[in-house]
Parts: sequence; structure tokens; C-alpha cells
Amino acid sequence: MRKDPMAKRLAKFPWWLLTMVLIALWTAYIIYSRGNYNEAFRRIIQGLGTTIVTSLAAYGVALIFGLLAGMGRISRNVVLNNLATLYVELVRGIPMLVLIFFIALVGVPTVVDGVNGLGNWLNSLGLTAIGGVMTKFTNQALSMNARAIVALAVTYGAFLAEIFRAGIQSIGRGQTEAARSLGMSTGQAMRYVILPQAIRNVLPALGNDFVAMVKDSSLVSLLAVRDITQVARLHAGSTFRYRETYVTLSVLYLTMTVALSLLVQLLERRLRRHAR
Amino acid sequence: MPDNIITVKNLHKHFGDVRALNGISLTVERGKVVVVIGPSGSGKSTLLRCINHLETPTSGEIWIDGKRLTTNPKQLNAIRAEIGMVFQLFNLFPHLTVLENVTLAQRVVRKRSLEEAREVAMQQLEHVGIPEKAGAYPEQLSGGQQQRVAIARALAMNPKIMLFDEPTSALDPEMIREVLDVMLTLAREGMTMVVVSHEMGFTRAAADSVILMDGGLIVEDTTPEELFNAPKHERTKLFLSQILHHTS
Repeated sequence: MRKDPMAKRLAKFPWWLLTMVLIALWTAYIIYSRGNYNEAFRRIIQGLGTTIVTSLAAYGVALIFGLLAGMGRISRNVVLNNLATLYVELVRGIPMLVLIFFIALVGVPTVVDGVNGLGNWLNSLGLTAIGGVMTKFTNQALSMNARAIVALAVTYGAFLAEIFRAGIQSIGRGQTEAARSLGMSTGQAMRYVILPQAIRNVLPALGNDFVAMVKDSSLVSLLAVRDITQVARLHAGSTFRYRETYVTLSVLYLTMTVALSLLVQLLERRLRRHAR
Repeated sequence: MPDNIITVKNLHKHFGDVRALNGISLTVERGKVVVVIGPSGSGKSTLLRCINHLETPTSGEIWIDGKRLTTNPKQLNAIRAEIGMVFQLFNLFPHLTVLENVTLAQRVVRKRSLEEAREVAMQQLEHVGIPEKAGAYPEQLSGGQQQRVAIARALAMNPKIMLFDEPTSALDPEMIREVLDVMLTLAREGMTMVVVSHEMGFTRAAADSVILMDGGLIVEDTTPEELFNAPKHERTKLFLSQILHHTS
């Protein structure tokens, strides 16, 4: 027996999405009508700029790390290949929270010390033009916000590396061979033939990881970066309005991630329609 | 004195334990058309792919136009630009239009200006008979059209040699003709060609010599007339009876 079209439509309708929209609208109404929620909301959105800037900046840097490491993972150069694999495996083997503490509180100061040391050495050689700048570089100059961005970028760079690697490997060997047979170098074949196709194939996966990063950016609150999570924690701590604070915070994240996920799906559908 | 543009000396190629080529020696004169035939696994494609070093030979020498190939990447890139190659599965770049497929290597390898590259590309697309498809993407073309674009893409580099690796094997029967016609035109224009193919009509019409390979060795090196009328070796007779049975 054929299902009637109405029943089919009802079964296909995204009820989950409707539920989420209703939750968001209900919360918006409560925020509007109740003073305690209203106060929590107005506090929390003060951190929205930091959350967005941190996510965008960290993701931009992570794209560069990921592309380099992804190409390293498939490189036939033993040194590059091992360096890239070491990076990916180190990041994958350490909990993200621990890694963020480590990079922000140990990694960054160590690099700064290294740069200072190099600056002193250059000064002793008389190259004060470069050395002077390098010795003036201090830990205080790097805010926790900047360190949080570095930490997230390093972490997500390793995830994106695996996406790029898979994307590059999904392009058939015939493409490289055709490019090489025309006289292109390995680098030219990668740049003009392989990467444009690979990146197109992994755009949805890259988008999904951006959504994941927006969520994981909440971890930087533990570095006292005043993102929405940190601002919310401070508000809840000082007013003891836990329910108001965390309902508002959760719905705020949900709104951002669901909207972004829908954008990614839209992109995916358009790419499939124009698939070539 | 013969003007040999390709010289292969005692070429061996092993893939692990598999010996694909077991000592091939071969010369191709400038402007000649050599057709390579043989059963699958006989090493025909490997030989072709060794000539432009898409496969690195295990041992032996390859000389192209008086220069011995080394594994130096710069030298190889320069020599590959002089050797066009056409693949069984076309291998067009799917993210680029037909015109961009034909101009890309001209731009990045030959460093031609955009106008010059486009002009050359349109000439070559006319040469293979599909200038009207310049703006199309490869997926919008039939197999025969894709293969003709692939030929135009190789020709746009002004190669001295063209290698064809089973150019019609992946095509529907009604499209084989259009590709063979283009290849025949090229042969008549004096292009040096090495063609791995079992298209006996093309062999009869265009080949100056025919090489039969088996087990990584050259079994017979002869002319088309002799091949069809008086094959010397038993292996050749057996192979011909098998493929002619299907094509006649």
C-alpha cells in the first residue's frame, strides 16, 4: 500500500528543528519578560564579541596549520611526514582542555623565552636591529586572549590536517599524472590541480569543524578569557542565578551552532548540485 | 643516419616481485608512428609510462631527442613538457572548463600570456574539432569529446612526441571513430607517436611499425603489412587470432 503524500511529508518534516526554534523563541520571550533572565542575557552578550573573534581568528590560523600539516602527512619527505604526524598524534593524544592549558601557560612562555634568547644572541653578534625587537618581546605582550587563540588554532590545526589529508587523497592518481605529464612540478600540480578539487570536496567537513570550534571556544573561559561562558560563570557566581544564566548561555550557543550547521548543509547541497 | 627521437636501452621495471619490463630496447625515428600491442599485463603501458618517467625505471636508459633522462626533477619536468600523453581515462581536470584545461599548463609551465595561451588553445580545439565546447566543463562532454580535449591539451604544449595509452579502450564504440580520426590526422601531419592500442584499423592506416610485447619483452618488431600478412612468431599469430576474432 502506498503511503499518502501528506503522511510522507509529515514524516520528513524536521521536527527536531522546529522544537529547537520553539525553545529559542520561548527563551527569548522569557528573557524579554523576566528581569532575572534579562539581566543574565545582558551580561552574557558582553562576551559575544570575544567568542566570535576568538573562534574566527583561531579557525583562520588553524586552516593554515591544517593545510601545511595535511600536506606534510602525505609528503614523501621523511622529515616533513614525521613532523606532521607527530603534531597530529600529539594533539590527538592529549585532552583538549589540558592542551589549551599547556599551550597557553607553558608553550607560549617557552617560545617567548626562546625568542628572547635568540634576540640576546643576535645582540651579542651586533645585529641589534633584529635582536632589539626580539628581546623586547615579552610574555605580558601576549594577552590571554591571544594565547587562547594560539591554543585553539594549534589544537584544531591537527583536526583540520586530517580533513585536508583525506581530501587530497580522495583525488585520483590520474589527476596528478595528467598534470605531471604536461610538465608541471609536484608543487604546481598540487596548487592548480589537486588542492582546488580537494578543498571543494572537504568544504562541508571544514564547516562542521568550525561549528565544533565555536563550541570548544568555551574552554578558553578557563584561561579567564571573557567569552560568553566566562562572563556567564562570573554572573552566576556573583548572583547565584544559575538557572537563568545557564539556560540563557545554552540557548545562545545552540542558536549559533544550529544556524551555522544549517549554513553548512546549504553549502553541501549546493556543492552536490554543482558537483564536477 | 636515422634520426632517433626516442631511444630505449635495456629497460627493466620491477614492481616489487613483479617484473613488468625485462630488458626492452627500442628506437623511434622522428615523425614515425609506432603501435604497441600485446596481451594485458605484457608491459605495454609500463613501457609508455617509463618513456616520460611517470614510472621510474628500475634500470636501463631512456634518451629523448639526444638527452638521457635522469631522475632530476627539473630535467624531467622540462622533458615531460615536450612529450604529450593521452590516458585511457582522459584525466581531464574536472574543476576547470575545457578552455582552462587546455591553457593551464601553457600558462604555468610554458609561461605564456593568457591571450597567447587562449589563442593556442582555440587552435588546438579546432584541430580536434570541438571549439564550440571551450566553455563547457568535462562532465558535460561525451567520452569521445573528453578524449579529444585531452589530445588538444597535450598538443597545446607543442610536444615533439605524443604517447597514447589505450586512448579508445574506455570509449563507447560509436565514439572510437572520432578519436581515431584525430589521431590519424596527427600521424599524417608528421607527429612522432607511440600508441598502445588494439585498434587494428588505425594500425593498418597509420603505423610505420608495430611492436608486439609479451611478458615484459618485445616479441616482434615489424611493419603492419608483415604483421597482418606474415607474422613470424607463433605468439604473434595466436595473439592476432584472438584480437582479430573480436574486431573483424
